[in-house]
Formats: sequence, structure tokens, C-alpha cells
Amino acid sequence: MAIKLPIYMDNHATTPVDPRVLEAMLPYFHEKFGNAASRNHSFGWTAEEAVENARAQIARLINATPKEIIFTSGATESNNLALKGAAEMYREKGNHIITQVTEHKAVLDTCKRLEKYGYEVTYLPVGKDGRIDLDDLRRAITSKTIIISIMYANNEIGVVQPIAEIGKIAKEKGVLFHSDGVQAAGKIPVDVQKDNLDLLALTAHKIYGPKGCGALYVRRRNPRVQLSAIIDGGGHERGMRSGTLNVPGIVGYGKAAELCQIEMAEESARLRGLRDRLKDGLFAKLDEVYINGSMVHRLPHNINISFAFVEGESLLMGINDVAVSSGSACTSATLEPSYVLKALGVGEDLAHTSIRFGLGRFNTQEEVDYVTNRVIEVVQRLRELSPLYEMAKEGVDLSKMNWKAAAEH
Amino acid sequence: MAYSDKVVDHYEHPRNVGSLPKDDPNVGTGLVGAPECGDVMRLQMKINPATQVIEEAKFKTFGCGSAIASSSLATEWVKGKTVEEALTIKNTDIVRELSLPPVKIHCSVLAEDAIKAAIVDWKKKREVEKPAANATAST
Repeated sequence: MAIKLPIYMDNHATTPVDPRVLEAMLPYFHEKFGNAASRNHSFGWTAEEAVENARAQIARLINATPKEIIFTSGATESNNLALKGAAEMYREKGNHIITQVTEHKAVLDTCKRLEKYGYEVTYLPVGKDGRIDLDDLRRAITSKTIIISIMYANNEIGVVQPIAEIGKIAKEKGVLFHSDGVQAAGKIPVDVQKDNLDLLALTAHKIYGPKGCGALYVRRRNPRVQLSAIIDGGGHERGMRSGTLNVPGIVGYGKAAELCQIEMAEESARLRGLRDRLKDGLFAKLDEVYINGSMVHRLPHNINISFAFVEGESLLMGINDVAVSSGSACTSATLEPSYVLKALGVGEDLAHTSIRFGLGRFNTQEEVDYVTNRVIEVVQRLRELSPLYEMAKEGVDLSKMNWKAAAEH
Repeated sequence: MAYSDKVVDHYEHPRNVGSLPKDDPNVGTGLVGAPECGDVMRLQMKINPATQVIEEAKFKTFGCGSAIASSSLATEWVKGKTVEEALTIKNTDIVRELSLPPVKIHCSVLAEDAIKAAIVDWKKKREVEKPAANATAST
């Protein structure tokens, strides 16, 4: 089968809209364009019915009830609403929030802002495997703790946190438990009951739905979670999120969630096979390659590898017909290497050489084989060009080199 | 980020990749940068002690495409020049030639540093050589 280039293997960033999702959305742009909040005519009723159907589809994916789904513009808003909304609502209970260092910026920067408003935030460290230590969590909880926010799975390294165990601890201690579930929901089983989740941030575009459409699960029973709204207006979404609903987006989101629920078992097994084929192919031909984060507690479609002595951006440049991401500073806006890898204790030298592969629904085995060969070819070529590879092969201990002195030479 | 055609050309067809014997008294080696910063350049040149002409230049670089291109270009430029001429190469010349964007200026700085470091290394070797040669002559 001929391969179409470029190949997209960056499915943690976003995913293409599934054609079945697009088909479900199309009538809601022109023909069924009503405002779901219009209560007195059929245009409104049709839109409302479509929204409620989608709400039920999304609820089923995470074992929630439809009323517990609040639609938002995406997971960044959902994370903001969960944290700021709970912080304000439960201010009388306390001012302490617990999160961890490899969270997405939507959580970290929200916490930083709350710190400015007088909240105290504990940022739990992670181990080499990328997971938090449950004893650290237990020790961090105080009588002032309002909420624990720990992501379900990490966007860079795909590491899955011990969510059910965290949920149990939070429940015992009577602390709310929020999770950024963006990378996990639709990919691995997520069950808000089993996991004792009180809040869960979700988005459509990571599960083959449209961009600009997300949701926040807000538990209604045992306990009934209340949030202060961060957007004021017409009181939509049980007063928690005002603003006219994005009906076509929500319809697409619902369909995307339904497809994930139906196809998850088969799809995750297939992607795990492809991911392992990619990993094994690379490891068979290349020395000095390192996996970042736990291989056991990991999303089936993710692999993050450091190719020692080959700078990430130069590797991306060599495989320019393949779309992947790098933890190299050169590819980030801040010119700092990945804070996630640093938190794992990956040295900055290795962080610069990391590549994230995110497989998705539309990747084929032929594509995986093509990418494997391209990466091997380019890594080998760039290592021929790398003074570090030559020095390492000669037995020079690069970590003991005085690089500053060499630079001032 | 889009790369200029010249950067892509040097990246795809790097000139003068390789190593020169670093213990050769006529070879100067410049090793600059640090792995933690994501850039390490090694520039080596073989210099004729009589004419001071750089007869050969080789490089190896760990770094982004612009770092590779800057060092590749540096080897091209120093070859055939005298030591004194090579020392006049400025990082801004490299920026202009490769159309480097502002975030990549440090790559050109590193290449200029590498040229200088290689020449310093060569000069140091010459200083060590000279007294030794005198000592031999006096016996």
C-alpha cells in the first residue's frame, strides 16, 4: 500500500475529526441551527435534543450521569473552571490545593494564579517513572486542603497516574478530587465511580472530535460538588458555564465519545501493537536510546524516547515528512527543555534528544514501519555528525567533562 | 519554524564532517557549547606553521539544524584562509549568509567561538613546541 506523506504521529496534540463525527455534525450548521436555549420553538427543541443526546453519550464514556456533564470551550477552560470554581466555592473550608509537577500548563498556571489570590499550592514531585508517590500525597493533605488535582495521563510521556488510589485517599480525607482526563478518556477505561472522581476535565479534539468543544464532569451525588462560575451570563449549564452552546461541536463530541466507547478495546489493542512495533524496531537498530517514563503505567498509543547524542530539533528536521514532537528546548517557545522530562530526573542533555510519538486511529502498520526506518536512518546520520557520540564511543565520560571550561577555551 | 534554503542545504549536505588527529601539533581543536544547552560544536583545523594557512577544517556538531549549518559553513569559510583572516569571521556574517532568525543567533555565536577556540588551541600547542625545539637545538 502506498503511504501518503506527511505522516501524522502527533495524536497527543490533536486528532483529525473522524468522518463519522463530521457527518453527524453537518446538519447542525445550517439546517438544524437552533439555539439550544430557545425554549419556545422547534428550532430550539431540536438543538436541545441533540445536545442532551451528546451529553448522554459523553456521560456513558466515563460512567457518569448526563446531568453531571457541563459543556465548555475545551479542557483548558474545564481545568480553570474546576480549580478556580472549587477554590472560590470552598474558600471557607480552606485555601490549600494539591497538584503535581508534570501537569499541563492549564492546571499549573491556574494554580499559580490562585497562589496570587492567597491560596497555597503543594506541587508533588514524581518519580523516575513519572508517577506521584501516594505517601507524599497522604502527607500533603491538611485540614485546609480543598482539592487534589492530578492528571489522569500525561500529554508528553503518556504515564498514567494511580487515579483509583488517589480517589480513595481523597474520599477518605473528604477532599475533592479533580483530574485532567484529556489524554485518557476515550483511550483507556475511565470510570468516575470506580476512580472516585469529583471533577474531570475533558475535550473533544483529542478523541477525533472537533476543536473548541470540551466538558467538565461535576459530581452531583456523594458528594454534590458545587462550583462558582468563572464566566457570567445567561446561566446556561446549571449556572456553571454561561454562553450559547456550540451545538454542532457538542453533537460531534457526543458522536466521538460514542465511537471511542464502542471501539476502545479493539483500538487500544491495535495501537499498543503498533506502538510496540515502533519501539522494538527502533531498539533493534539503535544503541543509546532511552524510554522516558513508566512503560507499565502508560497510554497504549504513546512512546517518548531519548535518542542520546542527537538533538531533537535536528532529528525532527531530518524526518520532516513525519509529524511528531520533541522535548528539545529548540522546539519550545521558552527555549527550555521539557519541564516534564526534567521532573522525571531526565538530564537536560537527554531531554534535548527526546521525541514523542503519539499514535492514533488513522495510523497504519505501513506508516509505523516507514517512520521506524526514517528515524533510524536520520539518527544514524546525525550521530556520525555528533562529537558527543564519537566521544562516548571513545570512552569519554561526558558527564564528567568540564563543559564550561571547554566553552571558555 | 521554516528554515532557509541554505540551512537546509548545509543540514542535508554538511561540508567537511569528520575529525583530525587532535594530538597533531599542527591541528587546533575547538570544542564549545554544552550538552545541557543542546549545542556542542567541535571544529578542528590543520594549520601550516610556515604559512599560517588553514589547510584543512573538519567539524562535528550536536545541535539543531542551524547549529549544524553554522559550523558546516564555518569550516568552508576558514579553509584556505590564514589564521589572522579566520579570526576576522564574525557571527553576524554567518547570520547573514544563512538568514538565521533571532532565536538561532546563538548558533552563529557558537561557530565563531569554535573558530577562535581552535586557533587558541593551536597557538598553545605551538608555544609548548617552541621551547622544546629550542631545548633540542641547544644540546
